[in-house]
Amino acid sequence: MDGPGVGWYLIVAAILFGVGALGVMLRRSPLIVLLSLEIMLNAANLTLIAFARQRGDLDGQIFALSVVAVAAAEVAIGLGLIVAMARRRLVLDVDRASELRG
Amino acid sequence: MGNVLVWVIWFLGAGGCLASGIAVVSVTNPFYSALALIGNLASLAVLYLLLAAEFLAAAQVLVYAGAVMVMFLFVVAYLGGRTDAPWAGEPAMLRTAAVVAAAALLVEVVVVLGLAWGDSLQEPAEVSDSFGSPAEIGELFLTDHLLAFEITSIVLLVAAIGGVVLGTTPEKEESA
Repeated sequence: MDGPGVGWYLIVAAILFGVGALGVMLRRSPLIVLLSLEIMLNAANLTLIAFARQRGDLDGQIFALSVVAVAAAEVAIGLGLIVAMARRRLVLDVDRASELRG
Repeated sequence: MGNVLVWVIWFLGAGGCLASGIAVVSVTNPFYSALALIGNLASLAVLYLLLAAEFLAAAQVLVYAGAVMVMFLFVVAYLGGRTDAPWAGEPAMLRTAAVVAAAALLVEVVVVLGLAWGDSLQEPAEVSDSFGSPAEIGELFLTDHLLAFEITSIVLLVAAIGGVVLGTTPEKEESA
């Protein structure tokens, strides 16, 4: 394999995952929380693909494709929830959306 | 020479990826945040190409950067300016805790990587030119991973129905 070894890709994925986790914990707009979740999912995908290359086994890429499909489903539902919140004139702030809290 | 070129492309991809990721998290306007995520997905596709995942790189750009992000931008446009939550309104203690937790995650992963660096991460397997091509992925999906393929379609169907249910207004609200 030319160029950087698989470990370098894994480091990029780790930093991306940390950045995404920071966004999920720090931001309060549900839209940006959803975007940060996407970053975390993509970091996991990068790891899967890196290990697929490392082991010469396509199963990791299949897994990554399934993750992409699940992420698309998650965005559809998450955006539906955000639009429903906005239509009920709720404040778009994940810290204040606590009505379902037990 | 080819080796140097791969490193240069890797640096561009990884740098673009990290810079746009940090932009997604730190920009206050959700519209710019979504645009930065498109950049993030595109530079990730470059890294996927370097890892011999051609089909995934194409799917990433088409499905993610194309379809999913367009949906995102529509919602951001629909919600307008009132989504601009303040960057940090919560107590400083919570903010510090969030940064510490994210940093702990990062350190954990890097330490584990460092431990594995010497032995198991060296010498990636030799792969053929067709590794990661649409033909090979499609064949695996229709043979070994048929169940995963079918379950994915059910997940997408459920999500589509859920999106419709969430989007319909209940009748009593309409009259109000």
